Amino acid sequence: MSGTGLFLCFFLIIHLLGNLQLFLPPEQAREQFNWYSHLLSGNIIIKTVSYVLYISIIGHTIYALIITRKNAAANGTKYAYDKRGTASVWYSRNMGLLGTIIFIFLIIHFKDFWYQYKFTDLPLDAKGHKDLYTIVTKAYQQLWYVLVYEVALLALGFHLLHGFFSAARTLGVFHPKYVRWVKTLGWVYTLVIILGFMAMPIFVYLNGLS
Amino acid sequence: MKLSLKIWRQESFDAKGSMISYQLDKVSSDMSFLEMLDLLNEELVQKGERVIEFDHDCREGICGQCGIMINGRAHGPLSNTTTCQLHMRSFKDGDTIYIEPFRAEAFPIIRDLKIDRKAFDHIIQAGGYISTSTGQPPEANSILISHDNTEAAFDAAACIGCGACVATCKNSSAALFTSAKITHLALLPQGKLEAAQRVINMVDQMDTEGFGHCSNTEACEVECPQDIAVLHIARMNYEYNKALVFKP
Ligand code: HEM
Ligand code: FES
Repeated sequence: MSGTGLFLCFFLIIHLLGNLQLFLPPEQAREQFNWYSHLLSGNIIIKTVSYVLYISIIGHTIYALIITRKNAAANGTKYAYDKRGTASVWYSRNMGLLGTIIFIFLIIHFKDFWYQYKFTDLPLDAKGHKDLYTIVTKAYQQLWYVLVYEVALLALGFHLLHGFFSAARTLGVFHPKYVRWVKTLGWVYTLVIILGFMAMPIFVYLNGLS
Repeated sequence: MKLSLKIWRQESFDAKGSMISYQLDKVSSDMSFLEMLDLLNEELVQKGERVIEFDHDCREGICGQCGIMINGRAHGPLSNTTTCQLHMRSFKDGDTIYIEPFRAEAFPIIRDLKIDRKAFDHIIQAGGYISTSTGQPPEANSILISHDNTEAAFDAAACIGCGACVATCKNSSAALFTSAKITHLALLPQGKLEAAQRVINMVDQMDTEGFGHCSNTEACEVECPQDIAVLHIARMNYEYNKALVFKP
């Protein structure tokens, strides 16, 4: 869980950095973004990383299901009156629910961008690269689509907020000093990643309006 | 004061239980929570009914026998307090109090509020000891232990094994209990020698007993009457991962 989770965390950094190109002025962004997408799809290292990514998502999800079943089996009869929730934060208790939202989002996300790019004939841009930029910006022209993204990213944010620090604990970071560092780093990481990703659909949507 | 109590009654291990309502008058705010239950039991005896069974031993907060879910919280509303050390001054006249046993698949209910915590004993039997015969107590200064380590080991050893961590955990995980025992021994020179095998055996036993998987919600530390720190769990994971890598 911690291994796959942290790999996904690492992937999100790269994914965010790449996508920052969407913030460039439209014409430059189109050229850069399409060139970058083309670069990624041709590269053997990136190919390997992408396979690790697919395996991580699937492994993480399967392991999540196994843990959830094990934990459900470990619970005895239900409490008639249950206030245990006061002792922990809500998102730490709902990693499975948050993960499910992320999973549904990933299906939409893969279908609309990844599948389109890999398995369909897209129009080419001036440089002869597949024009993923147009696909992306078109998608974010729809308000409901932007909202779906924002909600899913919020869910991912809370998942990361607990997941990042939980993974460090699972791996065995126990020294109080480093525990504090990890907690801070987890907040910084989550805020940067989530605010960065959340800004993209909004930016593209607002750009489309003007 | 007058209280309305809703208490879990269950005839036996495999019987179906339910919450039963009781009225109790003449409760003094100086009574401990268990004395309040004693008072109720006296009334039940006078009425010829079966008393409510609950665990307790020392009634001074050190043995870990008592452990009840009170108003949905393990050991009730106060922090760092066992059920026996909770007093009725923490409640108001006219309050309704929900009283249930600690619940987990690995802690079967024997009767009413009494549960079977043998699973904890099995975890200890799997490695919560050192396997040398020590004979007479040795000269105290023959093995030097730094003050910080002594204190840290003592903090872990303070666990009284009441099971509040399991009862509170949404996953019914015994990670806090098991890790306290592992840290306690791993920090001391006598315990270090067998640390690798111990952590593997105890963690495996914890799984075998049917406890859940720790997901670091940290609720256990909040409810622990002895304030055992969740960082012991991280240390257990560290010891476990280390043992997996360096296992002979
Ligand atoms: C980009 C996507 C994701 C990232 C970066 C991520 C990251 C993480 C991390 C770092 C952890 C902590 C591991 C640990 O405590 O050892 C975790 C736990 C977990 N994740 Fe994810 N995850 C993602 C997607 C998902 C999905 C799609 C699901 C479910 C379908 C999911 C379900 C869970 C569950 C149930 C846990 C266990 C919670 C716990 O131990 O408290 N995650 N995730
Ligand atoms: S009865 Fe011993 S700790 Fe409560």
